[in-house]
Amino acid sequence: MKQISAKKLLLPSSSTGSISILEERKQQVYLKGNDTFEISCEKKSVAGSVSQRACVFCGSRVVLYPIADALHLIHGPIGCASYTWDIRGALSSGPELHRMSFSTDLSETDVIYGGEKKLEKALVELIETYSPKAAFVYCTCIVGIIGDDVEAVCRNVALKSGIPVLPVHSEGFKGTKKDGYKAACDALFKLIDLGYRRSSFHYPDILRDGKQKIPLSINILGEFNIGGETWIIREYYKRMGVEVVSVMTGDGRVEYVQSAHRACLNVVQCSGALTYLAKTMEAAYGIPYIRVSYFGIEDTADALYDVASFFTEAQEIMERTKHLVQEEVEELLPGLEEMKQDLTGKRAAIYVGGAFKAFSLIKALRHLGMEVVLVGSQTGNREDYELLKEMCRPGTVILDDANPLELAKYVIEKDAHIFIGGVKERPIAYKLGIGFCDHNHERKIPLAGFEGMLNFAREVHDTVTSPVWDLVPRKAGRSSSIQIPVKGEKP
Amino acid sequence: MRENRPYTATRNACKMCTPLGAALAFHGIEGTIPLLHGSQGCSTYMRRYLISHFKEPVDIASSNFSEETAIFGGGANLKTAIQNIARQYNPEMIGIATTCLSETIGDDVDMIIESMGDIMKETALVHVSTPSYSGTHVDGFHHAVRAVVDQYNPSGVKNRKNSRARKKINLFPGMLSNEDLRHLKAIFKDINTELALLPDYSERLEGPSWMEYQSIQHGGTPIKEIQKMHRATGSIEFGTILAASVERGNGSAGSLLESRFNIPLASMGIPIGVKATDRFFSLLEKMTLKMIPKKYKEQRGRLIDAYVDGNKYVSKKRAIVYGEEDFVAAMAGFLAEIGIIPVLCASGGKSGLFIESLRSILPENIFKQVSIHQGMDFTDMEEHARTLMPDLAIGNSKGYTMTRHLDIPLVRVGFPIHDRVGGFRTLHIGYKGAQQLFDTIVNTLLQKRQDASEVGYSYM
Ligand code: SF4
Ligand code: SF4
Repeated sequence: MKQISAKKLLLPSSSTGSISILEERKQQVYLKGNDTFEISCEKKSVAGSVSQRACVFCGSRVVLYPIADALHLIHGPIGCASYTWDIRGALSSGPELHRMSFSTDLSETDVIYGGEKKLEKALVELIETYSPKAAFVYCTCIVGIIGDDVEAVCRNVALKSGIPVLPVHSEGFKGTKKDGYKAACDALFKLIDLGYRRSSFHYPDILRDGKQKIPLSINILGEFNIGGETWIIREYYKRMGVEVVSVMTGDGRVEYVQSAHRACLNVVQCSGALTYLAKTMEAAYGIPYIRVSYFGIEDTADALYDVASFFTEAQEIMERTKHLVQEEVEELLPGLEEMKQDLTGKRAAIYVGGAFKAFSLIKALRHLGMEVVLVGSQTGNREDYELLKEMCRPGTVILDDANPLELAKYVIEKDAHIFIGGVKERPIAYKLGIGFCDHNHERKIPLAGFEGMLNFAREVHDTVTSPVWDLVPRKAGRSSSIQIPVKGEKP
Repeated sequence: MRENRPYTATRNACKMCTPLGAALAFHGIEGTIPLLHGSQGCSTYMRRYLISHFKEPVDIASSNFSEETAIFGGGANLKTAIQNIARQYNPEMIGIATTCLSETIGDDVDMIIESMGDIMKETALVHVSTPSYSGTHVDGFHHAVRAVVDQYNPSGVKNRKNSRARKKINLFPGMLSNEDLRHLKAIFKDINTELALLPDYSERLEGPSWMEYQSIQHGGTPIKEIQKMHRATGSIEFGTILAASVERGNGSAGSLLESRFNIPLASMGIPIGVKATDRFFSLLEKMTLKMIPKKYKEQRGRLIDAYVDGNKYVSKKRAIVYGEEDFVAAMAGFLAEIGIIPVLCASGGKSGLFIESLRSILPENIFKQVSIHQGMDFTDMEEHARTLMPDLAIGNSKGYTMTRHLDIPLVRVGFPIHDRVGGFRTLHIGYKGAQQLFDTIVNTLLQKRQDASEVGYSYM
């Protein structure tokens, strides 16, 4: 296997100055055109780099957060809870308990003598005050070190309170965000299985006769109702005549999660945050799963068609789906066409959490006539990057677990017009005079489904066509007669 | 019952953790990269958090603990981290703050750093111990400032008192906004006095658009200025609580210079409002033996005139004030001087000095009407506020959930402000800062009244 040479990466362009790629990171940067290179991914971040990644806890929190009638208690010192309070745009149509930031706020004595008593007391009080339908206890780094028996505390409180109390093993240092997804899936599965066992206890014949399944039904997995996206997608399935048993976890409720075992099919979105749960459910209850994406026209249509074609016993579903897609696309196209005229040929850089989203974004941007010059993810795996390689044109930069230095370097080099990423990427884009679109869990605008595509196009169009870029020195200043003193490298 | 927090869990905290303050302080030093010794999540979250306020790139590196690191100690990771940062950023200094994790497993950071002495010739390594389970972001901030001053002004250094440098004044402002820091620099320029302001992130965290990538943004207190701090005329430190904690034997940057080099230290509250600003200017006059320029007297004149014009709209109004203890104390002093009663003064901090500070700042008749809570979270605050019939709240964006529930307006000040643009440009201090705060508060109350009115008068 030939390795890409370091020289190639330290591109000679004048504007990038002397940004260097750490030796250890070279295998995580790929320049399309060099097909023998195998990207290295799923590694821990290099010590000392400023990674855009968060931690295991972050992964768990993303997945479970939207369950709105559950208590989410973060066991640890205050920071982990403080920084995640209400940062996500996951909406609820009813209770909003998920938006509270609960922490055991461990103090020095707790760290020395253990936090179990405090945890138990906190749980009991909170359950009494807020009457949640279930409770999740997130273990953060420190808990993993001081060795609290969180399982035992949870068991105790569950017995006392009569609600499921589930530990989530999300100690930050025990892996990456992906391990956090897995920890969340474990907790979700426990919850589902409690429901399964309860119904098999109360209605044994339903299970025996195989009637526990709700006909023509699905679970939506990996959809978190950012800006109301779950509602958009649910509406499509309703129009198709497909029953949604539960959404995990967008606009989530404990009760529905617990009925998830009754669905015929799991429809999993996103690059694998919940694939693990789908696999577990397949093994436990024989529920098959498919992977889909709801970003962009093609992917949304494909998702709906895939679900429709699963239900061969009900042909009318497919008919309705065709009708739905046609109707939606027809409504959407004129608006898109108009924006496309301004966007054609513009260059985009993508850096998102999961690679699956990147695939959809590439397609969606193509629809707008745009070119993708950089694409990267925090947590992609080898297959993901292979696929990205196939999808991208020669010259596209592909990055795994990038840091601000690298992102900036390639964004400048590729002269992108827009950066699509999360809050941490925004200032990099803006400082360099590049448009930005937030495509992370913190956005407030729904970007999924057909109408989401229109929102997305609008977001992209608004920023790319803004007149302010003409004033930005990196683009305008070169020819400007007023010399604005901007210091480059640190003096 | 002023300090009891009956609830075990913290619900919507009114504080952040210690290393965040340290990371912010390090950003105010030229050519410095903060490095958190611990797991990746902490530094990523803190970056995100600071970015949401400053809307600027904020790089905070991490030594990225793994499971093995947590078991066998973080020494190797820390060394690799330092070397990698040195290579990528070529910084003048790496500010190393510990996290809960490295503190709990007991890494001896000083020893690890020492063992690197020979390799790291061009980059200084400064370490500050910041376990978050003892203290808040404010403590992390002050500790980092002290650690830097300590490192660059070691005991043995010769104190050339007679030299020219004695005309300089050290100012340790604490956690102020960019605009506050710029205002301080302008004042010193106007009185023609050299200033060593530490930290100063006003340029670095609010710079112009870039021509090219800057691995470390321009700006910050130059290290050579920090090195000369032991030769200054005197030091000023803002914060009544900080001062009280120094009295109790805890060191600060200013007290360190005082005890080590006899640099006189003057402590005072953050100069918010007329009275506090008067105190600041008279202190400056005393220290520099220079007259305060007319410009500031004019500002003061206009401000008091504005107080008069607006007096009826604010008099006897009831406000909730929350945030960092020192900030709340100073803000409460300002509110009292314009006639607003700060009925609830709350902070997530727990210095044990909050009540005494407020007692020293507020007039007796106002103090009696104030409910003071340290170690308070927003849920307790909201419950408590319901009984107090507040007209408005003054504090950072974190209080929005509460004010929305209480249906009262929120005047955004302090840190963080992440639901508005330009929060970092809020000016709080000096006559000019008081002017802006006063106008904003009056207008907020006027708007509330106007919106609620059935008539909707278009005059006041
Ligand atoms: S572990 Fe400690 S340092 Fe890290 S975010 Fe939590 S409170 Fe802050
Ligand atoms: S302490 Fe651990 S769990 Fe909490 S934010 Fe830091 S890395 Fe994540």
